[in-house]
Amino acid sequence: MDTNLIILTLASVLADSAPLVFAVIGETLGEKAGVTNLSLDGSIVLAAMVGFAIAFTTSNLYLAFLAAMLVGALVAALIAFSSIVLKLDQIAVGFVLTILCTDLSTFFGNPFVRKPNPPAVPGLAIPLLKDIPIIGKIFFDQNVVVYLSLVLIAAAWWWIYKTQPGLRLQGIGERPAAAFARGANVNWQRFVYTLVGGSLVGFAGASYSLFVKLGWSYHHTTGIGWIALAIVIFGGWHPIRGAVGAYIFGGLQSVSSFAQSAFPNVPTQVFQTAPFALMILALLLVGNEQIDRFFSGSPVSRRIWQSLRGAPPGALSTTFEQE
Amino acid sequence: MRLELKGIHKRFGSVHANDDISVTIEAGTIHGLLGENGAGKSTLMKVLSGFIHRDAGEILLDGAPVEFKTPAEAIRAGVGMLHQDPLDFPPLRVLDNFLLGRADGLWLKRAQARANLRKFCHQFGFAFDPDAFVSSLTVGERQQLEIMRLLSLGAKILIFDEPTTGISLPQKIKLFDTLRSLAQQGMTIIFVTHKLQDAEDLCRKVTVLRLGRVTGEVARPFTADQLVRLMFGQSLETQARESIALGEAVLELREVCIGDYRLRVPDINLQVRAGEVIGLAGIEGSGQRLCLRACAGLDQPLAGEIRIAGERMNRQPYNKFQDRGVAYLPAGRLEEGLVPGLNLTEHLILAERSNEFFVNWKAASSHAQSRINEYSIRGMPASRVEALSGGNQQRALLALLQPNLRLVLLEHPTRGLDIESSLWVWRQLLERRRRGAAILFSSADLDEIFEYSDRILVFSGGRVAKALRAKETSVQQLGELIGGKGLGIGD
Repeated sequence: MDTNLIILTLASVLADSAPLVFAVIGETLGEKAGVTNLSLDGSIVLAAMVGFAIAFTTSNLYLAFLAAMLVGALVAALIAFSSIVLKLDQIAVGFVLTILCTDLSTFFGNPFVRKPNPPAVPGLAIPLLKDIPIIGKIFFDQNVVVYLSLVLIAAAWWWIYKTQPGLRLQGIGERPAAAFARGANVNWQRFVYTLVGGSLVGFAGASYSLFVKLGWSYHHTTGIGWIALAIVIFGGWHPIRGAVGAYIFGGLQSVSSFAQSAFPNVPTQVFQTAPFALMILALLLVGNEQIDRFFSGSPVSRRIWQSLRGAPPGALSTTFEQE
Repeated sequence: MRLELKGIHKRFGSVHANDDISVTIEAGTIHGLLGENGAGKSTLMKVLSGFIHRDAGEILLDGAPVEFKTPAEAIRAGVGMLHQDPLDFPPLRVLDNFLLGRADGLWLKRAQARANLRKFCHQFGFAFDPDAFVSSLTVGERQQLEIMRLLSLGAKILIFDEPTTGISLPQKIKLFDTLRSLAQQGMTIIFVTHKLQDAEDLCRKVTVLRLGRVTGEVARPFTADQLVRLMFGQSLETQARESIALGEAVLELREVCIGDYRLRVPDINLQVRAGEVIGLAGIEGSGQRLCLRACAGLDQPLAGEIRIAGERMNRQPYNKFQDRGVAYLPAGRLEEGLVPGLNLTEHLILAERSNEFFVNWKAASSHAQSRINEYSIRGMPASRVEALSGGNQQRALLALLQPNLRLVLLEHPTRGLDIESSLWVWRQLLERRRRGAAILFSSADLDEIFEYSDRILVFSGGRVAKALRAKETSVQQLGELIGGKGLGIGD
């Protein structure tokens, strides 16, 4: 394999994983606040459909992404309202919404299935920077969606770990009673973070139908939402580790498509499903007690290992009420 | 800051938790708030610190009426509360815990906070690694961290809710020194407790609550008996120790080594005879829990031999230990001892370990009712265990024990219980002992260890001292052993 191919592959992994990054970071923000938005798979597919439909009818991509974000935020608002105000079970509500959103996308998306010449996000190479050897081709010859995904990773990390509101966000997800004692308006903030997270998930949906997986068909992105939920766990509720998880999944998909051409005798389904199976394996490794013990042997390896694994926010999927 | 509470009322449904409570506390003093569990102390303090809203009454700070809607507002006005289980964030680092909730701009000023923390540590003689995780600290250290945090936010009135529960003796001494020095600097300290000894040691004035009302206020010098009468309306008698003839060996540990990934305690040799009570003393986490669990077969010893009534029990499961008359009552009553979500009847059915396929609910329910009466549990056969108070959960656990036990293992049998419940628990245990059971218990309360043990086993820094006869041991001696003196460590 020559260097050019490697560079192209890395660039495509970066691009193809961008929607997943949006979804993972959106979900991470919500879960950090203590709210699980389990509807991801449905939200993404519905947002993908709405984004595509708006873009197709109005040819306005800004409007399309905005509408997709609105869809994501709307579903998230339902989750937030039912869990924070009605105190319903987040998992149950999320599950039902997944199914509902998927079916809605099929129903309303009917007129838009497999349209020729679908609208797409145009490429936007950054002048000067794109000419830097290797790096330029990978990072700066992409489009706005990819750049935004990179900015989002850094911004989420900065917000959570470097700012006072971010620290408070960790607090309300870990121990809402203590965060409340320190002046946080727990339920209001949970609402806000769930909505922000939901709109990022919606953005992820539109970036599939308008960029990574152009067009619209039934169940266009099905499966991605569940992978995003798994990657949030894999990433230990940390935006950078979560993004790495998204890129690993993207990388596995690239590798499997290469492998598919290298081993034409093996049924293609094997390679299509391999990334999912490998992701399960990765999750097992992260959560395995034996491996945990193995790495806890020496202080150095324990440090590295601990920075790699994360615990869920202490109050994840619970409700908070002032006495 | 001078604090006045005037005619505070608070109702929860039909319970009048605070019934016309008035207290005045002068600046620069340590004021005790004494009462049994459920006397209304915590409610009053939560009203004062903005956690709950009063139904009626006034709060005055330096003569000016104040109104707190949230705990954050109370802190801004100078009132900070330290909860029994410190309200901090165990998964976060010490520094971030110190910073969280500060209203000073968008950026986290970590460098500034680090210096600030160091200054406070220096002032009180605390030692903290700002980058350590709070989960690695002891309860005592977490309290110290909270004290520094509240002071740094400008608290002038500090409320301590049962701060001596769950901390070791040296930490308690340190805490009391800190409180005294804070009072000298003009802070107003409110010390909420149900422990007479703590109130006597520390407080200049003590207000006693009982069933939501103030039953009296005493100033130094006061006697413990005075306090008891105010707390209970009568003096409590602790019963004289009944000496009984010891039976045959029930439990034998021969060169047993216990441990987990962070601790190793080698060479434990112990023989416990029927009718004997052994107290396990030491700083929390020195191996007492491991030892109890090993004796129950819940953890395997790393080396050595465990014998129950003469039979070697290594590598046997808990139910084999149960068959031989061993029972284990963990400190986490709801977490480990009981099954939240199941009611008392269901617990009893599980505890009977019956082989019947069908459950006779009617019989089980009346059986449960008779146990409830026998053990005076405040609850119904259909009450779920998580709805019971701590004392009633412990009563329920005792009610679930089989009638003829050889060995009862208890971890912190009276932790968090009020005096009356504690006495009741021990009456039950001593009755078991009279019927020939041996008792092995761990406790952080040295008074409890002295009062009930025949012999005391001290765990300290990965070592176990030879069992001491309780009658021939002084508090001084025990304290030194717990601190690691005389065990070949640190001397």
